[in-house]
Amino acid sequence: MLIVAALAILCLILLGLCGPLHGRLGHATSIAYAGAAGATAVLLLMGLAALIGAAGAAPVTASLSVGLPWLGAHFRIDALSAYFMVVVNLGGLAASIYGIGYGEHERQPGRVLAFFPAFLAGMNMVLLADDAFAFLLSWEFMSLSSWLLVVANHRQPDNLHAGYVYLVMASMGTFALLLGFGLLAGPEGGYAFETIRAAAPGSGRAAIVLALALLGAGSKAGIVPLHAWLPLAHPAAPSHVSALMSGVMTKVAVYGFVRIAFDLLGPPDWWWGLVVLVLGGITAVMGVLYALMQHDLKRLLAYHTVENIGIIYIGLGLALAFQAQGHAGVAALGLAAGLLHVLNHSLFKSLLFFGSGAVLVATGERDMERLGGLIHRMPATALYFLVGCAAISALPPLNGFVSEWMTFQAILLSPQLPDWTLRFAVPAVGAILALSAALAATCFVKAFGIVFLGRPRSLEAAAAREADRWQLGSMGALAALCVVVGVVPGLFVDLLGPVTQLLVGDRLGPQLGLPWLTLVPVAEARSSYNGLLLLLFIAFSTVAPALLIHRYATRATRRGALWDCGTPTSDPAAQYSAGSFAQPIRRVFGAMVFHAREHVDMPQPGETRAARFHVDLRDLAWDFFYDPVARGVSAVAGRMNHLQFLTIRRYLTLVFGALVLLLMVLAVWH
Amino acid sequence: MALILNLIVQGAQMALVLLLAPLLTGVVRLMKARLMGRRGPSPLQPYRDLLRLTRKEAVLAENASWLFRTAPYLVFAMIWVAASLIPTFATGLIFSWSADLIAIVALLGSARFFLALAGMDIGTSFGGIGSSREMMIASLAEPAMLMIVFTVSLVAGSTQLSTVAAFMQGPDVGLRVSLALALIGLVIVAIAENARIPVDNPATHLELTMVHEAMVLEYSGRHLAMIEAASALKLLLYVSLIACLFAPFGMATAAAGPVAYAAGALAYGGKLLGGGLLLALFETSIAKMRVFRVPEFLGVALMLGLLGLVLLFVTRSL
Repeated sequence: MLIVAALAILCLILLGLCGPLHGRLGHATSIAYAGAAGATAVLLLMGLAALIGAAGAAPVTASLSVGLPWLGAHFRIDALSAYFMVVVNLGGLAASIYGIGYGEHERQPGRVLAFFPAFLAGMNMVLLADDAFAFLLSWEFMSLSSWLLVVANHRQPDNLHAGYVYLVMASMGTFALLLGFGLLAGPEGGYAFETIRAAAPGSGRAAIVLALALLGAGSKAGIVPLHAWLPLAHPAAPSHVSALMSGVMTKVAVYGFVRIAFDLLGPPDWWWGLVVLVLGGITAVMGVLYALMQHDLKRLLAYHTVENIGIIYIGLGLALAFQAQGHAGVAALGLAAGLLHVLNHSLFKSLLFFGSGAVLVATGERDMERLGGLIHRMPATALYFLVGCAAISALPPLNGFVSEWMTFQAILLSPQLPDWTLRFAVPAVGAILALSAALAATCFVKAFGIVFLGRPRSLEAAAAREADRWQLGSMGALAALCVVVGVVPGLFVDLLGPVTQLLVGDRLGPQLGLPWLTLVPVAEARSSYNGLLLLLFIAFSTVAPALLIHRYATRATRRGALWDCGTPTSDPAAQYSAGSFAQPIRRVFGAMVFHAREHVDMPQPGETRAARFHVDLRDLAWDFFYDPVARGVSAVAGRMNHLQFLTIRRYLTLVFGALVLLLMVLAVWH
Repeated sequence: MALILNLIVQGAQMALVLLLAPLLTGVVRLMKARLMGRRGPSPLQPYRDLLRLTRKEAVLAENASWLFRTAPYLVFAMIWVAASLIPTFATGLIFSWSADLIAIVALLGSARFFLALAGMDIGTSFGGIGSSREMMIASLAEPAMLMIVFTVSLVAGSTQLSTVAAFMQGPDVGLRVSLALALIGLVIVAIAENARIPVDNPATHLELTMVHEAMVLEYSGRHLAMIEAASALKLLLYVSLIACLFAPFGMATAAAGPVAYAAGALAYGGKLLGGGLLLALFETSIAKMRVFRVPEFLGVALMLGLLGLVLLFVTRSL
């Protein structure tokens, strides 16, 4: 099985050759994306097969004698990596199909084609790796290939800045993971995951490793305050790559964290859950508040990734807290909620980025203030985008609601926790989760309402054209999957059974055998949810009154000018804009969260210039975290600068001194 | 046999909420008029309005999309489904397991989502201001509502509304501080969600003060009828929910027989009347607040809900 996976990954890397060959080879774009679609489809099927077969069977392992000479490279597929293989390759498949159409509009296709399949390969390799060396190598491969995709359109100055910040953060993350794995491996250098698992680290060492994992994997996933690179880098890439980075690569980061925290570190301490939970809560609410303030469609989506990562981490934090107390059943519920949200988010976030890509191709605009009315020009894209918006806003009967509902159920079981800090923290996190769900709905009313509804705000928007069939097919499939996961969640919760069994030692009861495909996480008297019936009820109660009214009352319709309380204006600029839509929220949360300042530059009577309104928003993570660090590094570097201009004598003295110092440290250590 | 009976009860429930909703709105209007010293319209006036509206031609703006035309039906359907899942005269509804309290709150959220989108479809400034403010109010009211739901669910040990209602009727409830806090919070949320004074004014068409009405300004004919019916249903839903959670007396239990059902229906009618009267009293005795005072008002509900929840978390298993 692993051989097939290796071949598929090799295929992906070789497909990168289409990049340099572009121009000489006829259909290089189509070949590259179709090939990538084929390879990811194979990997997707393998992941599914491994996940279904994972219940009783032992994990598939293999080792190659490449890499470090005494270590080799170990690979393994267990239930966890199989599940993430499904998520990653589902997103990869959709992005590849989308790319067949989208790639035609690329200005420099060679710069994307060369690295897109490699990026997919890198993510798959991370999931398969079974020793620290292979893991870190694949992780870095994934980071670098995605960085090359971020700077694909390097002519735009913003993209270069985004690429720079991303590179710094990615190296920082890998460095943290390197230290973490070093601590896990211990002085003997047992880098294989099997050795690490066998030698459980002490609680002090485990705590440092957990912090490093949060720093390394968390920065890749976009935990606040390590998120700052994410809204810069994700939108800078071409849209199908943005979808991969936001929808899929952040999930690989979640995988890294889950692998370390649940699998390698051994039984958790009680406070791990608390830390992860609180971080998740802060991430969720800050992400959505930042998203609300954005007027750039792709950046808005990127900030929403931050929010959803927060929701996933809340589920993981609950699982850790319950596992530490020995409530394996509830831990399984929290973990299943988090992992189901991983799948859900990869579906709807990819869909939304595809939609924004279609809008970008059709109008050349990412700025929402220059869009509008696209529902008339791009009806299919609008419909799919609407499904994505409803799903990400956690509206029943779609999929986003199911995973948030499961998280709420886990929260409602947490009075069982004996620890006092957790008892205060969990309801607060519950409130934050509820708040961010409601704010997400507001944000996506804004996104869909401004971009697709109303009247066009620019000539480009008025002349938009519908996306091609590859793009529409890919978006349609993802939209359909959003509905399917929402309507038959039991199927997917059952698939998660082996994963939770592996990680926390328990699983939710089988769901598929229940009548009407109901979802019952704990007990029917406690809570149950049935998306299928809800969908049927809503469909019936929508159609029946409509038919009755059309049949027995009237179906007469007249088109007229818009009413607008009797004062219509024909100027589209008089519509509500993205900025004005978000103004109430900015008034409520802005002063505290963003240090928002509004400046009105009002001309004096007699002056002919226009009045100007300017809003100043700050990302506090930059103010209190990045800027001080950057200033510190810069100051230290300035001090050290004169070390570059010493004489050879002084250099030799320095080298000698360093050697003596190290020897002394070594002597004292032993 | 039991299945058929249950189906009949559920069907009766769906029909009952639909039939009673305009009456409740009419009763509230009449009572408000009387309290203000006017004669007021007949309580049956909303039925006449709805019938008239459904028969009228619908006038759509030239650039109205399919979303604008389907949203009223969708909104109506979602609120109707949510309202028929709340026990009114009898507990033990056959489909209550398909959506628990959290799902009911989220269903109302779905309805609001589509209505707010419809408000932005034509591209008028009024539609936009209505949608934007409605979503701002909702983004505070919904978490407050969820906190209250959590409090009630923790007391009853279930998010299943039927189970909760049965528990509330039972002897184990007692007087609890958390439940009192939840009740106050729920009333605040209900006022905000139904666009009543002091948050919004259902009777106004004055530009600066309207929220909900601004959003649906472009609607006419059958579409407007569906939206009016939906808001009447929503008011009924909240009154039923408060009655079901905090005044469950008289409610028939599952498969209790026609006499109990009739008694339950009577009690339900009385509760609706009482709720309507209280609402009218409250609305006539208070002034509308400025839009940016609303977040503070709803913040109170959110804090009360959270406080009730934390109290429960802390006192559990001591």
